[in-house]
Amino acid sequence: MKLTLGPVLFNWPTPMWVDFYARIADEAPVDRVVIGEVVCSKRSPFRTNAVVDVIERLERAGKEVVLAALALPTLKREVAEVADLVGSGRLIEINDMTALAAVAGSPYIVGPLVNVYNEEALAELESLGATTITLPPELPQASIEILGAGKSTADLEVFAFGRAPLAISARCYHARAHGLAKDGCKYVCEHDLDGLHVETLDGQSFLAVNGVQTLASGLTVLGQEIPELETAGVLRLRLSPHTCDMVAVTNAYRDAVDGRLPPAELVARIKALELPAAIVNGYFHASPGAAFVG
Amino acid sequence: MELVCPAGTPSALRTVVDAGADAVYCGFRDETNARNFPGLNFTAQELVQGVAYAHDRGTKVLVAINTFARAGGTELWHRAVAQAVESGADAVILADLGLLGWASRAYPAQRLHLSVQAAASTPSAIRFYAERYGVKRVVLPRVLTVEEIAAIVSAIPCETEVFAFGGLCVMTEGRCLLSSYATGESPNMNGVCSPAAHVDYRQEGTALAARLGGFTIDRYPAGQPAAYPTLCKGTFKVDGKAAHIFEEPTSLNALAILPQLKAAGVSALKIEGRQRGKAYLAAVVRQFRTALDALDAGQAMPASALIALTEGGRETTGSYKKTWR
Repeated sequence: MKLTLGPVLFNWPTPMWVDFYARIADEAPVDRVVIGEVVCSKRSPFRTNAVVDVIERLERAGKEVVLAALALPTLKREVAEVADLVGSGRLIEINDMTALAAVAGSPYIVGPLVNVYNEEALAELESLGATTITLPPELPQASIEILGAGKSTADLEVFAFGRAPLAISARCYHARAHGLAKDGCKYVCEHDLDGLHVETLDGQSFLAVNGVQTLASGLTVLGQEIPELETAGVLRLRLSPHTCDMVAVTNAYRDAVDGRLPPAELVARIKALELPAAIVNGYFHASPGAAFVG
Repeated sequence: MELVCPAGTPSALRTVVDAGADAVYCGFRDETNARNFPGLNFTAQELVQGVAYAHDRGTKVLVAINTFARAGGTELWHRAVAQAVESGADAVILADLGLLGWASRAYPAQRLHLSVQAAASTPSAIRFYAERYGVKRVVLPRVLTVEEIAAIVSAIPCETEVFAFGGLCVMTEGRCLLSSYATGESPNMNGVCSPAAHVDYRQEGTALAARLGGFTIDRYPAGQPAAYPTLCKGTFKVDGKAAHIFEEPTSLNALAILPQLKAAGVSALKIEGRQRGKAYLAAVVRQFRTALDALDAGQAMPASALIALTEGGRETTGSYKKTWR
């Protein structure tokens, strides 16, 4: 199995973002790195100057670099940004239908925010050029197995580590939580590097707000499930960046998929790291996403 | 603008047809549609009867088959499309890429609408659906301002339909897994959001706690009416402060901005609420019928009398105004 490092979903300050990718380039045993802003177009200008160097550094280290498109473009400027991305000639990860319309006919990658629930949708995206398709985080094992058993030419990828993206909106909940409007947000999301923790009134960890995006609070870790994913025909695992030691995370997954670490021990090794939240894996087991099935 | 109204049951269909709907939308009694609630929706035979009743009165019928088909189970979704076509429905409303492809090949003459669940929010995305699957109308996601809608209308080769009244998704429709995170059941897979089977109300001291899948969605002091614990309308804590962090319990009401929506070139207005009762539907449909007739006649718009029918007695124009964001 191959490992994909998903895009940083959070608004990390540019120096931190650059340092992160430098370390990934040098030390993380991943095959593919998806970079770019998926959540909010207001964040991207700060990184424009750094992107070229980050790409070069990752490629020099032998990583395949893929550029992620925005999840919810609505402004003219945002639609133009998606078109520019396609014009760059690089492999693109689509995260909505606007980007699909722009890449259709050329090879492209489908991110976890596109609705691929069945074999016919999968075939449709393949016929339009998809070479890797990341399945929606809520898809249960039974569905993954059916999709994997089909005559798919695209690699199937599954969201295996990180806070699962659950929803996207036109409204910025980060700004709202601070009593601000989206247009005058003061980039408050920059302070919550793994998302803004949302608790229930009874103090249960529940969700994490990331600008216009809402994520699970629980940290998805598919570890013991790796043999089943492999049997199902899943060829790639997606690891979503957090502030915890991602080099350690990618090493643990590399050891597990290469057979050096028993999958059952992967969770223990991940748990030993300083994690932003408790571990969940419910979706794979057809349970609530917030559940942990041991 | 065409007035498109919900019907969760055959008698609701007759109610909204009689109250002045130009079109009525409904779905089958299974997970092929996004209002898969107990006791709701149509059998194939009821749909045939409903189409006859509507067509006799000059009203169209649109059939929503707008969930995402289950892997290995697409036959159920195919059969739903086939039954809708055979019933003489004027359009089927789809969201799933695979199902759109299948339906456009199997029934090339059938009029297809793109469900809001497909979340097509830009001209290029909408053109893709129009060109590849022959989609004739797109239901726009509730993320756009009136100005953005006008720009989209002028750039696409098909009609647009927008939500005018009722429940309000604050997340982009078809792209929200909050419900399955708490309960295991989602709009995309099961056609349900915050399903009743996972709801628990419990009296704790003087307060009433409303939980969904074990997560506390809200807590009501004695005497305060309790709302249904729809996940995104709950009260949660951020930095120790309790607030409706996503949205207050509220209803969309675009009645006051109908002239702007008309000027933007919108083709149809959608009333949400297939789960609603007949009295509610009759009142809402009549109000919008009167308003649209006044608008078409160039007369003053009637004032809204719908506040009593909104969630929590609150209404919003939602994303249609940019300040909502």
